[in-house]
Amino acid sequence: MSSLTMRPCGDFRTSYKQDNTIFETKTIRMMAIIAILGLCTAPLFLDGYYLTLFIQISYLGIAALGLNILVGFTGQISLGHGAFFGFGAFASAWLSTSLHIPVFLSIPLAGFLTMAVGMMFGLPAARIKGLYLAIATLASQFIIEDFFARADWFSGGSAGSSADPVNLFGFLFDTDQSFYYVALFALVFMYIWGCNLMRSRDGRAFVAVRDHYLSAEIMGIKLNKYRLLSFGVSSFYAGIGGALYAHYLGYVSAEGFTIFMSVQFLAMIIIGGMGSIKGTLMGVVFMVFLPEVLESGVGVMKMTDWGNIPLVVDGLAYIKEMAIGLVIIGFLIFEPEGLAHRWAQIKNYWKFYPFSY
Amino acid sequence: MNFELLTQLIVNGLIVGLLYGVIGMCFVLVYKSTKIVNFAQGEFLLIGAWVCWTALVYLELPFLLGFVLSLCFMAAFGILLQMVVLRPMIGEPIISVIMITIGLSIFFQSLMKWIFGVSPQSYPQVFDTQNINILGLNIEMAYLMSTVIAIIIMGAFYFFFKHSKHGLAMRATAFDQQVAQSLGISVKNVFAMSWAIAATVSATAGIVLGMVNGVSDSLSIMGIKVFPAVILGGLDSIVGAIAGGVIIGVLENVAEFVDSQYLHVGNMYDIAPFYVLLIILWFKPYGLFGTKDIERI
Repeated sequence: MSSLTMRPCGDFRTSYKQDNTIFETKTIRMMAIIAILGLCTAPLFLDGYYLTLFIQISYLGIAALGLNILVGFTGQISLGHGAFFGFGAFASAWLSTSLHIPVFLSIPLAGFLTMAVGMMFGLPAARIKGLYLAIATLASQFIIEDFFARADWFSGGSAGSSADPVNLFGFLFDTDQSFYYVALFALVFMYIWGCNLMRSRDGRAFVAVRDHYLSAEIMGIKLNKYRLLSFGVSSFYAGIGGALYAHYLGYVSAEGFTIFMSVQFLAMIIIGGMGSIKGTLMGVVFMVFLPEVLESGVGVMKMTDWGNIPLVVDGLAYIKEMAIGLVIIGFLIFEPEGLAHRWAQIKNYWKFYPFSY
Repeated sequence: MNFELLTQLIVNGLIVGLLYGVIGMCFVLVYKSTKIVNFAQGEFLLIGAWVCWTALVYLELPFLLGFVLSLCFMAAFGILLQMVVLRPMIGEPIISVIMITIGLSIFFQSLMKWIFGVSPQSYPQVFDTQNINILGLNIEMAYLMSTVIAIIIMGAFYFFFKHSKHGLAMRATAFDQQVAQSLGISVKNVFAMSWAIAATVSATAGIVLGMVNGVSDSLSIMGIKVFPAVILGGLDSIVGAIAGGVIIGVLENVAEFVDSQYLHVGNMYDIAPFYVLLIILWFKPYGLFGTKDIERI
């Protein structure tokens, strides 16, 4: 069956191996490889603006995948993901500038540090869930934010801290073009790792905890272990994303990592689809492009006679924020399963095109 | 040890704590009757305060008229919000419910910033005297009014739930929706009513706070500050919300005092409630007065 390039309608899998593949058919795998190769050549013909957007998508995408593993796959709630993202950024900057650890090592190390912090704040998850957990993670968001402002040795206080560019055996990745490859590598690596995690024993345990935690416990899954592990994995991803962000910008300041950032991460996975790895990326792309599209839309309006309304042009920053709020509300009411679900529907429609029912 | 400062701070804490209690009560009311966690509570304060400010400054209405008008507006606003946005959320998973109120909060916060700007605006003078001296303590007149209003609201809540037909209907709905529905209570109306009450009462708190500190988007932080209070009191207990509010209000002022006298770490006023929140969730997740969640298979 795996030799087929088209999927038959119906589910004819006969072995666990078929059930567990990342790419269901050879065509999909080929298309994924071609897409990655195509992305590798992108710096040759794309200009800096689009590269910046892509780099943004990759570091946010890594962190959002972490949140989706926690929220979408394990069914826990976190309102503190932005703070963990910030912690990863500061940790990597601190490791590389204060302790002089080479940057390509400090990024994963920052991930592990963030993982430790995330598991510490995930400890209440062993006892509480749902709404109470949401509020506990909200508290951790504020506590970590306060820590950034206070710990001068770690974060540089209100002045912020600087981060060295990624340096691999003397080659500096300090331009958009070169950093693009670091970001692409990290994105592909972390997404494949995420896919693999989800088809391993631990990944199945996560899903079982989400779907029915009592049944999961009866089947021998240690609830506390997996809830904590999920917090750990999620903060590890956040830390890696944050570290990439720090070394890309070369400078980290505490203002960015507010509750609003945590909400944006949640918005990404809601828009993309909770419990879908592919959807996470769609949601991130959507959320990165939304402000850009609004900005260029207002830019076009400004050129015309009728559209040059000062209220709109000056209020662009607020309009962007309002759009984020509206998009969250809209998706939750009209498409709660996100873009991934809509994409599957579109695919199904075309699969049976003339005779769809 | 500076006793004079300490007593002053504790009195301030009590006054602010009563306001936290009032906001917490609205939060608990909505949670109890509709099972929706309202992360947009702070925006109710903000919107109410701005509407009242517009009525007083732009339309130049007398204070009482503007106040009542803005309360009417907020009641309509609460009902509309419930009908358009929150009714489709009945029965959705908790994460969706949380996120939709967060989405509302972001939307209204930036809408208010867009319309009214970010700089704080002050209300026109309502009282002749600014400060009043009680037992050697300096208390702002507006604070005194806020205490009186808070106590009136609490009394009204008590009367409403104990002695009125609608209050009884709301309590029944909070107890069991299906049973209430089968006894002929319109659950839809109860939901709308609880949102209307929450919006008006929060708006009152917002107007009072706006009179003291001026109206700015920092008012919406009150919506977040209320979480430690309601968790401490127990999420589904109205009495607990008041107790939690007062405790948190006093606690943050005491933390501020200890910090300024001994520790000198700064920012304790804002962050201490959240440490308390984490500790409570660790040891007593259902708070002082909350009912324990018993799950049956």
